Amino acid sequence: MRTLPFLLAAWLLFVGLYGIATSRNFVHLIMCLSVVQSSTYVLLLEVGYRAGGTAPIFKDVPPGTRAVDPVVQALTLTDVVVGVTVTALLLALVLQSHKRSGTLNPDELRPLEG
Amino acid sequence: MAIPFLVAAAIAAFSPVLRRRMVETVAILTSLAATALCAALLWWASREPVVYWFAGWRPRHGLALGISFTVDAFGAGMATLVAVLATAAFVFSWRYFEAHEGHRFHILMLVFMGAMIGFSLTGDLFNLFVFFELMSVVGYALTGTRVEEPAPLQGAINFGVINSIGGFLLLWGIGLVYARTGALNLAQIGQALAAHRPDGLVVLAFTLVLAGLFVKGSVVPFHFWLPDAHAVAPTPVCVLFSGAMVELALYAAARVYWTAFDGSLSPFGAGLTRVLVGFGVATALVGAAMSFAQQHIKRLLAFSTVSHVGLFLVGLGVLDHVSLGGAAVYVLSHGAVKASLFMCAGILLHRLGSIDEEQLRGQGRRVPAAGALFVMGGLALAEVPPFGTALGKTLIEQGAARAGYGWTPWLFGAVAATTGGAVLRACGRVFLGLGPNGPRRFASEHLGPLEGRETIEARGRTPATMLAPAAVLLGAALALGVLPGLTRQAERGAARFEDRKAYAERVLSGVAAPQPSEAVEPAGTFRLLEGLASGAAAVALAGIALFRERLFSTPVRRRARGTLGRALLAVRGLQSGHVGDYAAWLVVGLAALGGLFAMAFR
Repeated sequence: MRTLPFLLAAWLLFVGLYGIATSRNFVHLIMCLSVVQSSTYVLLLEVGYRAGGTAPIFKDVPPGTRAVDPVVQALTLTDVVVGVTVTALLLALVLQSHKRSGTLNPDELRPLEG
Repeated sequence: MAIPFLVAAAIAAFSPVLRRRMVETVAILTSLAATALCAALLWWASREPVVYWFAGWRPRHGLALGISFTVDAFGAGMATLVAVLATAAFVFSWRYFEAHEGHRFHILMLVFMGAMIGFSLTGDLFNLFVFFELMSVVGYALTGTRVEEPAPLQGAINFGVINSIGGFLLLWGIGLVYARTGALNLAQIGQALAAHRPDGLVVLAFTLVLAGLFVKGSVVPFHFWLPDAHAVAPTPVCVLFSGAMVELALYAAARVYWTAFDGSLSPFGAGLTRVLVGFGVATALVGAAMSFAQQHIKRLLAFSTVSHVGLFLVGLGVLDHVSLGGAAVYVLSHGAVKASLFMCAGILLHRLGSIDEEQLRGQGRRVPAAGALFVMGGLALAEVPPFGTALGKTLIEQGAARAGYGWTPWLFGAVAATTGGAVLRACGRVFLGLGPNGPRRFASEHLGPLEGRETIEARGRTPATMLAPAAVLLGAALALGVLPGLTRQAERGAARFEDRKAYAERVLSGVAAPQPSEAVEPAGTFRLLEGLASGAAAVALAGIALFRERLFSTPVRRRARGTLGRALLAVRGLQSGHVGDYAAWLVVGLAALGGLFAMAFR
């Protein structure tokens, strides 16, 4: 595993977490969650990369040709699906929350304190 | 596992055509069928772990590419717990939800149950993640069903954001493990990691996986989402959250450790134990203190779950098979007791229209049956024998003493007394009208009146379908405490759970392992005095809370409010309801966990 993509993935993770912790707008917050998620994509794809490898489809290419790891690509696709579902659900909840309380700022909404 | 999914899909497909009672009956029958199947699996798996390879992709030459369900006694036991609680929740909701909701609740609950069953049975790390996410997403949806008020939405958002972060941390860990071992099957990973000393990558992966699972398992400081979710989720959903979902996360942490990381990390067992026990103690104490301070009964029970999770973590962290068996017994009994208590809270909500202790003052006289169950539940939380909680506690303490942690009885006693005392105090206020009113300082204390819209009283008495599951579950917790041979079964199951090599052989080569050679401890007798002492302490704490104006003079009370009160207020203030704060604490917890592990595994 090479250093730069790993550092990129780590950077995305922490930037996303920082965004969630300091966000003042729920939509921005959910998008920061997406950023955290994209850090997992970068990590997984980097784990699977093989220098000089081709796409892992063996239709016209003899088996045994160097290819990138397809397992992590499958994991990434699953992750994308999960992410879509979570983001959609959370955005729907944020929308409803805005309808009921008129604000999107987490600092102003604290019905659950204590 | 497939049955709930298929039925849920069928209900969703035919939704406009189906009448409400039919959907409810189908849901109950489905969960009963799932319970029967899981129980059969438990019986089968107690003899020898069952391994099922999807689509027949069996391992060749010790290399596993397919996805397996590896079911041993503990996995099947957790699945059975899930199915039993789901059945109870469905029966409970027969009369609880009077309004027609388009069958959403039943569809989501069936999928939730299926996901949790899959989670407990799987032997593949990524499969674990998939079920984790499925379980989580359905949980978010179930929490936020009441979209008419801002509080449920806020609770669902907090739950959703924090648990999603946990899921992504888990996935990070899985990615790193895959990078090192090239395997996703737990047994295979264990074989690949076993030969080498743990280096930075393995420690990092272990930290991330455990952190992700601890978020779902509400270990401090990843726990802030749990009270928010429980305060606003419908009662039958809370039954499953507190009874099964949170415990499943701890089960998964234990499973991942013992199958994948044990070979590599076992030389550092003492350090690992210190870290895990430390987190467990922190969780137990914070949960207990916050629980006692709550007026909202569902939040009180939620914090009690947090504190019991701390106790379970201590039981797991000691890495001893007697403790592990004790933790299993405790998880089962606690699940039954907590579910029963949530149902009693639901009965209060249904009959009396509120879930706030002070608002309900004295009105509980109209529901004496629920009151009796509530009191018994409080005593069970206080680990009074012969409830299963007492047995679990005894076994954990035995194992911990062997590992050198002889002070655990004090911890268990104190935590049990506090959470049990909180429940008893609530009983005293609601059913007997005792106790003074306190000032309302925090926003969550105003939630009570809003909850009344969750359910509406239809008849003048408590429906049997609501009382019966609560009573039966409490009876089950009692039965677990007196069941002959449960201790032996639990210890045997635990010994097998901890045996990494036997697991790997069974999964990768299909070789049936002989019964583990670990000597089975003689059955833990109830430490009767200890259990009665913690029960008495619980009653005493409740009494102090209720009668404090009569017992203590004003200067004493003012001084106590000054020191204790201020400390408690500071801790309560941390539970801010603000999801950004929770995320910040999550990062702190992750850093702490990682730093401590780095030091322990050097």
